[in-house]
Amino acid sequence: MSFFSPSRWLGMFLKECRQLARDRVTLAMIVVIPLAQLVIFGFAINTDPRLMPTLVVAGENSDLTRAFLASLENTGYFQIIGDASDPLAAETALATGEAQFVVNIPSDFSRRLIRGENPVILLEADATDPLAVTAALAAAEAIPGRLARRELQGTLAHLAPEVEPFRLVSHRRYNPEGITKFNIVPGMMGVILTLTMVLMTGLAITRERERGNLEMLLALPLRPLEILAGKIVPYVAIGLVQTTLVLLGARFVFAIPMLGRLTAIYGVFLVFIAANLTVGITLSSLARSQLQAMQMAVFYFLPNIVLSGFFFPFRGMPSWARFLGNLLPLTYFNRLIRGVILKGNDWPLLWPSLWPLLVFTLVMFTAALVFSRKTLD
Amino acid sequence: MKQDVPAIEVKNLSKKFSGRLAVRDLSLRVNRGEILGFLGPNGSGKTTAFRMLCGLLTPDSGEGYCLGYDIRRENAWIKRHIGYMTQRFSLWEDLTVRENLAFVAQIHRLKDRRRRVREIMAEYGLAEVAGELASHLSGGWKQRLALAAALVHQPELLLLDEPTAGVDPAARRDFWDNLHHLAHAGLAILVSTHYMDEAERCHKLVCLAAGRVLEQGTAREIVARQNLHAYQVGGKDLALLARSLAGKPGVAEAIVFGNCLTVVGSQREELVATLASLPPEYPVSPAETGLEEAFIYLMGQREKER
Repeated sequence: MSFFSPSRWLGMFLKECRQLARDRVTLAMIVVIPLAQLVIFGFAINTDPRLMPTLVVAGENSDLTRAFLASLENTGYFQIIGDASDPLAAETALATGEAQFVVNIPSDFSRRLIRGENPVILLEADATDPLAVTAALAAAEAIPGRLARRELQGTLAHLAPEVEPFRLVSHRRYNPEGITKFNIVPGMMGVILTLTMVLMTGLAITRERERGNLEMLLALPLRPLEILAGKIVPYVAIGLVQTTLVLLGARFVFAIPMLGRLTAIYGVFLVFIAANLTVGITLSSLARSQLQAMQMAVFYFLPNIVLSGFFFPFRGMPSWARFLGNLLPLTYFNRLIRGVILKGNDWPLLWPSLWPLLVFTLVMFTAALVFSRKTLD
Repeated sequence: MKQDVPAIEVKNLSKKFSGRLAVRDLSLRVNRGEILGFLGPNGSGKTTAFRMLCGLLTPDSGEGYCLGYDIRRENAWIKRHIGYMTQRFSLWEDLTVRENLAFVAQIHRLKDRRRRVREIMAEYGLAEVAGELASHLSGGWKQRLALAAALVHQPELLLLDEPTAGVDPAARRDFWDNLHHLAHAGLAILVSTHYMDEAERCHKLVCLAAGRVLEQGTAREIVARQNLHAYQVGGKDLALLARSLAGKPGVAEAIVFGNCLTVVGSQREELVATLASLPPEYPVSPAETGLEEAFIYLMGQREKER
């Protein structure tokens, strides 16, 4: 036996190439994953989001306040989506994430400005994701000075006041110190659960198929619903154990505040776990082998990370990417978990992001039932 | 329970897979207490036929009843009253013998499951390996476990798809003794096999090729119907002789068995003339036609027809 025989090597090489050429899914992955990544990373990610929804609580409506709001919009960061009827409605909009900013203009603004009392406009920001609001707040804080100077131009410029006629005070709500991990750690919980739940259930049916157990299951008087539900429920328990671990880690290792009620926190996790399990079961009934199921899980995982607003601000993405992101459970989970942990939201405020998750779960489970019926026949 | 109907009665079952007929016009009748053997080469549609009979596959055309239940509409009922042993071991290798049986018993919603599992383990000698993982069992034990699992709910019909592949002769004999015992107790058994000795132990046989039934009847009837004549030839270099005889007038098959050559043909005069022309160092004597010769002849005839 020679140490290295080129003809033996060639034999091995050719066998490998033939097998690879027949593995359609792997080939598709080789082409699709890099392309998808390039497009998504290249076009969707923008760490400097613009046109963020802004609500106004206007105590008065005068030329001056209109000029202020106009210059706020001119920075490009703010898009005024309307007037809040009262501060409570504005607070709710901020809590649900419907609005990123709330502008509070006091009712005696003009009068106090004229009196030279330096009135204050309050700009509240949902700072759970510090990355998203930092640039916008900096731009807003430059407005008072610029507004004053704009009225006194040319030869009159030297008359511009040293002290700005009014002040803009910004509040970074929910995360006053702008700590990044407040945003990343809750999101990371969702990423961890997505990966483990989808992967574990993704293998569940394909494993039975590969080991030859599926035919036995089918020959027994079992209904597809019984098979699927019986397979999913143990993983719910595993998911809840994982939830407890990541929550303990977040609280005691990263000192993330836990403002919401514990039942609400676990409720959010439970719905999210269910959503991911149904995705895994659906992949499992589509995939022909465990390897394929794993490849599909990775394929599902990538857009979840990039498009869910976990790493990069959701509002920074173009509308097509936000549309895609709105189809993914992790997107809703990010909103929910930040809402319940950092903002202390309770069920009524969680509902707007909770029902899409429930609908998603129901649709996926139905799909799993339909697909598994097909593959099982 | 529908007692007065045959265990299986199907007519003209057909099933297509991607344009190719896997089973064509299969008609069968199996009575209670009867062992029916499926004999056919690989890919002749045996497994597909089994799957249609136990409700795993819906036939494209044809109709029939298993235990009196419609195989198209009532397959949920059929599954409750049949035991199906798949070609490949399909119980869970990461469960123990007892756990596997308990699982099957639970799915069948048996009353007094523990007692029933203990009972069936004792019956098939599985009690001593009750706590072993199925993956640790040898081929013969796995097969016994699979049979026990197929019988745990006391079915009325047993479908066995090549149950003895890879099992040693003693375990096979044991297995067939069990089958006869079960048939005697009134079970209908449908079993597919490649082994001629097993085929001869069936009450009736069905010969399948390319999804079609070629012959039906007892082993003796099938052999007789081929109307074959067999001779034994002794001497040296029989392998070479077999090659040179192939295709000669009257010779349908020439097969070497150790120290003698069996030559089979349907035209007696031609065959005798061909053998008479052999050199004197090859002594010729008449022999009995076996099921194997008949079966291979049957397959060969079919090839010629195509």
